Order: sequence, then structure tokens, then C-alpha cells
Amino acid sequence: MDFSKHKHVVVIYPHPDDESFGTAGTITKFRQAGVPVTYLCGTLGEMGRNMGQPTFANRESLPEIRKEELQNACEVLDMDLVMLGLRDKTIEFESRDEIAERLKKYIEQLEATLVITFYPPYAVHPDHDALGAAAFEAVKRIDKNKRPELWANAFIANREDYIGHPDIVIDTIDVFDTKVKALEQHRSQVEGMLSQLTDGEKPLNKNERILSRFQYETYYTVDVDSVPF
Amino acid sequence: MKAIQLEEVQSYIDKLANEEVYIHLETTNGAYAKAFDPNAYNVGAYIRNAKLTYTRGKIVKGEDAYRVGLKHEIGWIYAEGLTDYEITDQDQLLLAGHDREGRLMAALQISRIPFSN
Repeated sequence: MDFSKHKHVVVIYPHPDDESFGTAGTITKFRQAGVPVTYLCGTLGEMGRNMGQPTFANRESLPEIRKEELQNACEVLDMDLVMLGLRDKTIEFESRDEIAERLKKYIEQLEATLVITFYPPYAVHPDHDALGAAAFEAVKRIDKNKRPELWANAFIANREDYIGHPDIVIDTIDVFDTKVKALEQHRSQVEGMLSQLTDGEKPLNKNERILSRFQYETYYTVDVDSVPF
Repeated sequence: MKAIQLEEVQSYIDKLANEEVYIHLETTNGAYAKAFDPNAYNVGAYIRNAKLTYTRGKIVKGEDAYRVGLKHEIGWIYAEGLTDYEITDQDQLLLAGHDREGRLMAALQISRIPFSN
């Protein structure tokens, strides 16, 4: 893949750490090709239940901690950050129209040639689906001749029954150190989550776990005109 | 946060009784419960900043965690599975229950000022 053909990549996800789990390798490859990347991050993950392992955060201190983790991860990934100020778990109850308009302004202002977001309704978490839907809507509202490309991640278990195989598969092995470093910035979240991952029966060490689950970053190229929402 | 000390938490509950307070009450099994186990359900609820005055509040030790009941004029606030507590520098009482992996299962928080956003 020729990463340098893009002029500006805008990544749109709701939570600090979504970018590192799903897209850190891709972002790194764009940055290595000299393409600027901007992350529009919806919330601060205020309602996350991982508090560190052992716990060092609480419900009230978590937003500030995750904000700092997010800023550090964006530094590792060398991308610009915009925090949208929405609240964790509430995006689906907000006006999709208003969020889409805000996203559209950023996409146009940054002259994005590629938008990366979640593929609704195949992205497990209600915030993922809701912000993904708003991002699809934002792209749809841009004149066809100025529209950026749109890549979307899906990860419900039976996604392929609905939308087939992803057409873009990026092997991140050559930039995996950077991905792990980005993930590790999200200390309050990642330590707990990674301990849950196993390869079938076999327990894995930390790096094997991350590699087995997150080496390949996959996307569906989406034509917003043919998506039914 | 640190492990609940019954007497200290009880004294804070008493201190905040009979005046207008803001309550954060929450329980969750996480947004990914079903993703990890197809037979599970995602279950959660939270109320942020319920404004009320309780007249009686008590913390009780259960088998492996604590329960708290707050009696107010027209009903009750109840939480179980609480394991840890913290008093913030704004004198807020934070109570939370964590599982063995340190993930939050339940929270009950009491404050004289509204919790942020």
C-alpha cells in the first residue's frame, strides 16, 4: 500500500485507547510516509471500569488520568489530537445530526483525504457505533468530488455474515514496537484488558498476547452512498 | 482507594446526613461482557448527581464486601459489593466495589457539591 498518496488522515473514535488497539500501526505507517494524522477523540472514557491493576484510579480521577494517557499516546504516534468533549456511554443519545456537522467541519478544515472510524452497527460498543454513524453521516454530507476515502473497523464476532471480509489488511509487525508503546500509555485500561486475553487454552506472555490479537489492522472501504443509514 | 474501614466510612456517612447532597450511583459489568462471553448480558446503570437529603445512612459488612443503605424522605439508595473507599480533597466520599482484576463493579459516591459534568 502506498501510504504517501494521502494528504491528511482523520481518525474518529470515541475513547482514549481505541486508536491504539485498532489503528496505531496504520497511523504509524502514515506518519512514516510523512502524512499528517489528526485524532478526533469523542470522550475521555469517563465511565471505564478498568481502574488500573492494581487500581490507582477512581470514578472521579479517571477522566484526567485518561486524558493524560491519551495525550501521551498521541505523542508516541506523532499525531494531532482534538478532544470533542462528549461523555462516555452517552453518544448514542446525543443528536447524530449535530455531531455529524461538527465532524464534517473538522474533516473539511483539515482537508482530509482519508477518514478512519468504526463501522456501525458492527463495532460492539454503543459509543463506537454511534460515533461511527455520525462520521459516516459527516462524510456523506461532503460534496462527492471533495469526499475523503472512508475506512471502517468492524469487530462483532459474526461481522463477516453481514459485510464479508475486510478489503484492507495491514500487517503492523514492522511497527509493532510503536503500537505496543502507544498501548502502554493507556496504563489504567490496558493492564486489565490484556490480562483477559488468551490464545485458546494457552496463556500468553504480554507481548505475545498483544501480537496475536492486534498484529493485523483491518478495514472495510465504505461507500457512504450505499450504506443504509 | 483503600480497603473500606467501617468506622471511618460510617462517620462520613453520618457527617453528610441531614443536608442536601449529590449522589453518584452505578453498577456495571462492562461494555464487553457479551463480547467475551456470548451467553452473558451487558448490564449497567448509573445516576450522576441525584440531589437529595438522607436522614439515616449505614454501612454493613457482608461476607466479602460491604453494603450501604441511605434512607431519604421518599425512598432509599442502596448499593452492595463495595470494597474500597476514598475521601477526596473536596470532602467527597467515594465508595467502590472492585473485582479480583481491579475492575469497577459498583460505585456509590456522596458529595456536597455536584460531581463534575
